[in-house]
Amino acid sequence: MDEEYDVIVLGTGLTECILSGLLSVEGKKVLHMDRNDYYGGDSASLNLTQLYRKFRPDQTPPTELGRDRDYAVDLIPKFIIASGELTKILVHTDVTRYLEFKQIAGSFVYRDGKISKVPSTEMEAVRSPLMGLFEKRRAKKFFEFLQGWKDEDPATQQGINLDRDSMKTVYEKFGLEPGTQDFIGHAMALYLDDDYITKPARETYDRIILYTSSMARYGKSPYIYPLYGLGELPQSFARLSAIYGGTYMLDKPIEEIVTDADGKFVGVTSGGETVKAKQVIGDPSYFGAGKEAEGGKVRVVEEGKVVRAICILKHPIPGTEDSDSCQIVVPQNQVNRRNDIYIAMVSSTHNVCAKDVYVAIVSTIVETDKPELELQPAIQLLGPIYDKFVSVTPLYTPTSPGTNDNIFITRSYDATSHFETVVEDVHDVWKRVVGTDLVLKKREVEVQS
Amino acid sequence: MSKQFQFKLVLLGESAVGKSSLVLRFVKDQFDDYRESTIGAAFLTQTVTLEDQTTVKFEIWDTAGQERYKSLAPMYYRNANCAVVVYDITQSTSLEKARTWIRELQRQADPSIVIALCGNKSDLSARRQVSEEEAKKYAEEEGLMWAETSAKSGEGVTEIFTAIAKKLPLTAAPSSRAGAAGRPGAAKSGVDLNKQAAGAGPNEPCNC
Repeated sequence: MDEEYDVIVLGTGLTECILSGLLSVEGKKVLHMDRNDYYGGDSASLNLTQLYRKFRPDQTPPTELGRDRDYAVDLIPKFIIASGELTKILVHTDVTRYLEFKQIAGSFVYRDGKISKVPSTEMEAVRSPLMGLFEKRRAKKFFEFLQGWKDEDPATQQGINLDRDSMKTVYEKFGLEPGTQDFIGHAMALYLDDDYITKPARETYDRIILYTSSMARYGKSPYIYPLYGLGELPQSFARLSAIYGGTYMLDKPIEEIVTDADGKFVGVTSGGETVKAKQVIGDPSYFGAGKEAEGGKVRVVEEGKVVRAICILKHPIPGTEDSDSCQIVVPQNQVNRRNDIYIAMVSSTHNVCAKDVYVAIVSTIVETDKPELELQPAIQLLGPIYDKFVSVTPLYTPTSPGTNDNIFITRSYDATSHFETVVEDVHDVWKRVVGTDLVLKKREVEVQS
Repeated sequence: MSKQFQFKLVLLGESAVGKSSLVLRFVKDQFDDYRESTIGAAFLTQTVTLEDQTTVKFEIWDTAGQERYKSLAPMYYRNANCAVVVYDITQSTSLEKARTWIRELQRQADPSIVIALCGNKSDLSARRQVSEEEAKKYAEEEGLMWAETSAKSGEGVTEIFTAIAKKLPLTAAPSSRAGAAGRPGAAKSGVDLNKQAAGAGPNEPCNC
């Protein structure tokens, strides 16, 4: 370990693996380490043994759940939005050749005590119980306005300025009812709370267009999902990194982040040996997250908490047309909360569990001192639960950009239902580490036919 | 009518036993004495034509160095139809490592995987530390195919890959495997991210 590297990456979560892959492709000499003996960190998918070891160390998995190796249970529930930024990175880096994707079968929203499908076609929209007849006409005008919008053509803008007018103004212009606003803002624009309403409409516009174009791409829902679980994503980017010369070491406890007298990064100590590098990138758990500051520098701060319940079911979720996979958004207004509750469900169709088993993860941002109770309005939609694993996870964010000390820290995985914010973090860290914007180039792949 | 089958083949073995050289010889019929670890190759492919005109296309995955610190991802073994576990006949410890890899394969890979144990560097037999008998006996006990090869001279290389091709189960309908890189059963329903938006129906086959 006496070599010197350009970058040491700590933790093999998705954010770190994408960065490691892109940096290796760029020609940087990368050493990538993880304290665990498996890939993925917080974005790993676990088999039954690993799942029980994590949540119930004193218990072995029940045999009736089937073979251990059939399971890949995600710790963080997220789907890939089909036309989103992660898809772009997957395609540009060509790691798609290691992965296979399937659609998520349906996207649903909770309203007035029941679950309804978010319409994916005009036919579904006409039949949808989410809106009355007149409201449907108003909504149609609203969506036609969004689809027809051209920045350079004032005739398409109907007097609205997306960068100045608030979303509230836009909703009011089309006379949309509060229930419809809820549905648009939470089930389509995927906002977790209502803060967006008073902000300029541009971002909401972008999010709705992303949703509808993703929906149009494969048909059933705006989401796709990798076979064998989300844990395949970091593994595929790790392979990309290794192919371009990145060195991988798992099962390496990290004892110390070594800095010089000015606090600048020098190296990382593992197993009593210090490896030197110019820069270090890592997830918050390698930089004091969850620990008392021992007189040293506070590098990460907690920004809030997410509560997640992994629920093992023996049936599809009632009211979802027996979908083999789905997302259900429970908007905050519907259950008197500030933040939405999400349900993300996958099954054996995605090779993540045994046949006739369904894995639903219910999650939300913690608002009270009884987080598990906050999930109840969504949990009760699931029907009988075979087993449930609950975790409350703090969300950490770095205190400094790292440009002064060459220590670059990524953010925890948030409560959103997709990977858009993960990719934002990748872009952000890249810019801080490399000094220029991340430009995705199509790489040449050496494959003979 | 000729049939085409596609299989995923993974390489395993200690560093510097000649895994990449073996593939380079098989795929490009080249050899480089001072070859450094493979850079930039996701995987290589090569086709073997059997006597009955059946063609077997291997999608060959190299370790990309991830074996060095015991950091091979489960993805590497996933849906592998066959494995070539390589040792160096001039290094007895490399056979010990090969045994460890074979145990790992038996634990992680599909139970039906076809495994070939391959003693490389047969051109250096003057420095031999592993006898043919010892390796052959072990292979027989474990039910593995076995051969000695020289990536340098080319001796035995095509033969071992052809032997593997013959041993693979060529019974599945060709379409269920071809084009799906050894992900049987899943090929038809996947979505293809490389296709551009509109018109891509839900039943487009994956072209990975």
